[in-house]
Amino acid sequence: MQIFDYIGYFLISVGAIFLFLGGLGVFRMPDFYTRVQAGTKASTLGAMSIILGVGVLQPEWFVKTLVIVIFLAIANPLSSHALARGTHKAHQKPIVKDEKIEDAYEIAEHKAEEKNIK
Amino acid sequence: MDLFFIIIISIISLGALFGLIRFIKGPTTSDRVVALDTLSAMLIAVLVLLAFIFDRYIYIDVSLIYAVLGFIGIITIARYLEGGI
Amino acid sequence: MGIGSIIFLIGALIFILVAAIYAVIQKDLIHAVIATSLISLALSLVFYILQAPDVALTEAAIGIALSTIIFIITIRNTKRYESE
Repeated sequence: MQIFDYIGYFLISVGAIFLFLGGLGVFRMPDFYTRVQAGTKASTLGAMSIILGVGVLQPEWFVKTLVIVIFLAIANPLSSHALARGTHKAHQKPIVKDEKIEDAYEIAEHKAEEKNIK
Repeated sequence: MDLFFIIIISIISLGALFGLIRFIKGPTTSDRVVALDTLSAMLIAVLVLLAFIFDRYIYIDVSLIYAVLGFIGIITIARYLEGGI
Repeated sequence: MGIGSIIFLIGALIFILVAAIYAVIQKDLIHAVIATSLISLALSLVFYILQAPDVALTEAAIGIALSTIIFIITIRNTKRYESE
């Protein structure tokens, strides 16, 4: 029984560190599109890790924690994808420092608009 | 409460503080919604952890409701920003 | 209820206070709606620490999904910015 305790505490510690890194990424990143990837990926992994750690520590609760993890793995990327898509369609541009990339981005947006008009 | 769980919840609360600062500062609407999404994931983890600390099995249901219903509001705001609700 | 729970509860209440003041002074109504959702999120945590999980469950279901949808539909049919 001792080994399961160690695994559970290790999973909870890893999850807490990843949740903190998710918050720090939301605070420090320069741009919306980098913020959405830092905030949602890291926080999803952290929450899943903490919930699985609790499920390992209490083996009677394992089925319900597994259900929560499955719902979290479906719902959280779905909402972040919908948010990034909506922001892109509202014409919010990312910050780019290279001029070539900026030109390519504008050309791609122009093509997409032409395809929409047709 | 054990010392280990106090340290864990303090680390997560520090992350939530950064999220709140981004929510107040954020220049556009989308940044604020990203902060809300991150705080929602943090809250799901903290609720399960508190259910383990209090040692009550029923308390996990609140976290399950959050995991099932939490994305509906964010999708609604995203569809409003897109312009096609 | 130990001393750790009381400190955590006070932190959640300060969180609610900051979000509520932000929702009152903001001119853009979409930002105010997001702040209202944040208030509901922290209030659910407060009910949870005070050992009332049924109230927390209702607050979660209504606050984060239903009231946000109703407010967004209302703002879509009226104006987005508060007039001076």
